[in-house]
Amino acid sequence: MSQPWGPLSSHAVLVARDDIDTDQIIPARFLTTTTRSGLGTHLFSDWRYDATGTPRPEFELNVPASVGAQVLVAGRNFGCGSSREHAPWALTDWGFRAVIASSFADIFRSNAHKNGLLTIALDDATLTATHAALRDDPHASVTVDLAAQHVTLPQGATVAFAIDPFSKRCLLDGLDELGALLAELPAIEAWEVACGR
Amino acid sequence: MTEPRTLFEKVWDAHVVREGSTAAPAVLYVDLHLVHEVTSPQAFTVLRERGLRVRRPDRTLATMDHSTPTLATGGRLVVLDPAAGRQLDALAVNCEAYGIPLYGMGDDRRGIVHVIGPELGRTQPAMTIVCGDSHTSTHGAFGALAFGIGTSEVGHVLATQCLLQTKPKTMEVRIDGTLRPGVSAKDLILAVIAQIGVGGGTGHVIEYRGTAIESLDMEGRMTVCNMSIEAGARAGMIAPDATTFAWLAGREHVPSGGAWTAAVESWQHLRTDDGAQFDRSVVLTADAIAPMITWGTNPGMAIPVDGRVPASGAIDDAANQRAFTYMGLEPGQALLGQPVDVVFVGSCTNGRMDDLRAAAGMMKGRHVAANTRMLVVPGSQRVKHAAEREGLADIFRAAGAEWRESGCSMCIAMNGDTVAGGQYAVSTSNRNFEGRQGKGARTLLASPLTAAASAIAGAVADPRSYL
Repeated sequence: MSQPWGPLSSHAVLVARDDIDTDQIIPARFLTTTTRSGLGTHLFSDWRYDATGTPRPEFELNVPASVGAQVLVAGRNFGCGSSREHAPWALTDWGFRAVIASSFADIFRSNAHKNGLLTIALDDATLTATHAALRDDPHASVTVDLAAQHVTLPQGATVAFAIDPFSKRCLLDGLDELGALLAELPAIEAWEVACGR
Repeated sequence: MTEPRTLFEKVWDAHVVREGSTAAPAVLYVDLHLVHEVTSPQAFTVLRERGLRVRRPDRTLATMDHSTPTLATGGRLVVLDPAAGRQLDALAVNCEAYGIPLYGMGDDRRGIVHVIGPELGRTQPAMTIVCGDSHTSTHGAFGALAFGIGTSEVGHVLATQCLLQTKPKTMEVRIDGTLRPGVSAKDLILAVIAQIGVGGGTGHVIEYRGTAIESLDMEGRMTVCNMSIEAGARAGMIAPDATTFAWLAGREHVPSGGAWTAAVESWQHLRTDDGAQFDRSVVLTADAIAPMITWGTNPGMAIPVDGRVPASGAIDDAANQRAFTYMGLEPGQALLGQPVDVVFVGSCTNGRMDDLRAAAGMMKGRHVAANTRMLVVPGSQRVKHAAEREGLADIFRAAGAEWRESGCSMCIAMNGDTVAGGQYAVSTSNRNFEGRQGKGARTLLASPLTAAASAIAGAVADPRSYL
C-alpha cells in the first residue's frame, strides 16, 4: 500500500478536457505488463508523443512548467472507460498525487484511492475559475489539506471537497482495504455457511 | 410488510455480509469472479507477497481473451508479442498454483470472458459477478448484479471472496414500444447513451425495463447491459423472465432436475416490486429509435445513421471540435457515404451467435467492397464452432471477410488486430475513444447490421437499404 497521504502543495498541470478516458491515460497496448511500476513513461502516450515517439512540445505534460507537478487538473468525468488500474498506476508513477476535476468515473475513483491518488471533485464554476487561473499562471500552486477536506486553488479560493470517510482514513493512514477485508474473514465464513455458499 | 424494493436492491441485500456504515463501506459477497490475463497478474503478486490463498477457486473462473491472437498459423495460435506471451504464461502459472479453473489456449470453452460466462451457464440470475473488466455489466442481462473492478479489488476477491462497496443509486431506463426493422439492441443502447451522456449513469445501477426490453432476446439484452458502463453506470440489470430461463436451461453449469425447477421458481420473484422508487428515471420510445452510429470520440457522440453530425456552435463545442479534428469530419456533415477502410464484427458487445447471424444474413450473396477489409471475430470458440456448423463462416468467407479465432481482437487492439492511423472503422465494439483500435484509428460504433451494410457499400450505409 501507499505511504500515508501527507500535506500537498504543488504547482499543477492543466489538461482542460472533459471525458478523459482511460485509453488516453494509458493506451491498451501498454497493458501487457505483469507489474505495477514504470507506467509513467506511457502516461497520456498518444497525446504526449507523435507517431515517431517524439514528445509533442505543445502537450501539457511536455511543457517545462509541468516538471515536478503533483496535481493534475482536468475537466468533467475524468477516468471514464475501462477498469484498468494501470491508469492510476501511470498517473502516480509520473508523480501525481491528486487529480482535480468536476466529476470522476466510479471505477477510476475507486482505483485511484487504493493507490494514494486523491480525487477532488469541484463544482463547474470553481473548476472553470481554476482553469483560468492556471492558464494565467502555470506555476500557481494548489494546496490540499485532506484531513480538513479543503483545497486552496490557484485563484486563491479555499473550498471544501467531499470524500467518503473510509477512503479518507485509508489515504491518511496509508492503510489498504485488503487488511480491512481480511479482518472480516470470520464474518465472511459465517455468512457463507448461513447463506449456503 | 417490507418496503418495496428494486431488482438491484434485492440482489444487493442478499449479498451483504456486513452493512455499510459511516466508518466503512458494506462488505459484499461475490458469487462468481471472472479472471483474465491483463488485470490479474499484479493481484496474484499481492497474494504471494502476503502469503494468502485463493479462498474460493470454485467461485473463480479464468480465461484468456484480451491479448490473444485471432489468426491461426498452421492450425495454431502463436502469440507474437513476447510481453503478451509472458502475461498469458503468468495466468496459466497462477491458475495452476491456486487451483483456479482456466479455459486457456486450445480449450474449446475459451472465449471473451463476458461471452463464456453466460454460455457455460456460470452466469445466473440473482448472482453477484465481478471481473477486472468494465464490461462485466454484460452479465446483468440475467438479473445478476455484475460490475467491473480494478486489480486491487481482484486481489480482494481472490483473497476474501468479498469487496468493500458503497451502495450505488438506482436509475430506471424504461423503453416501451417496438424496435423498427433494421434497428437492434445496439442501436437502442447507443440511443440511451446519446440521451444521458457518457457520465449520465455515474454512481448508479441502471435497470432496463419496458416492453421493448422484455421483447429482446438474451443476446440483445447482453448487448444493452454490456454498454451500461459507456454511460458511466456501475452496472446494468434486466429482470429475469421466461426468455432468460429458456436461454439458460440445459447449459452445463446451471442446476438440473428439481434444483432447476426450484431455481426458476425463486428467480421468478426477482423483479422490482410495484411502488419501488428509483433515484432517477429516463424514458425512451423504441419506435422512435433509428439505426445509430457514433461520429466522435466517445460513445455518447452518436446519431441516427442517416443523420448529420452536430453543426459548429452546438453545445460542448470544444469537445466536438476536438472530435471533428481527430475523426477528420466536418461539422454538420452526413455520415452516409463516408468511405470505410475496416469493418469489425465481434467483441463482448456484439460477438454472439445472433450478432453473427444478423451480419451473415445481410452478407449472404453479397461481397465486401474492394476498398474495405472486414474482420469477423466470434466471441468464443463455442460461438465459432456453432457459426461454422450453421454455415455463417462460409457466408463471411465467400463475401471476402476474414473469419478468425475468438478473442477481444480489434475492440482493444492489444493482440495484433489493429486499425491503422487515419483509417475509418465501422465497429460493433463498445468504445470509440481516440486510439482505442490503434493509434490514430477512427472508430464508428454501430450494430452488426449497420457494419455489414457498410462493408458491402465500402462506406457508411443504412442497413434498412439492404434488408
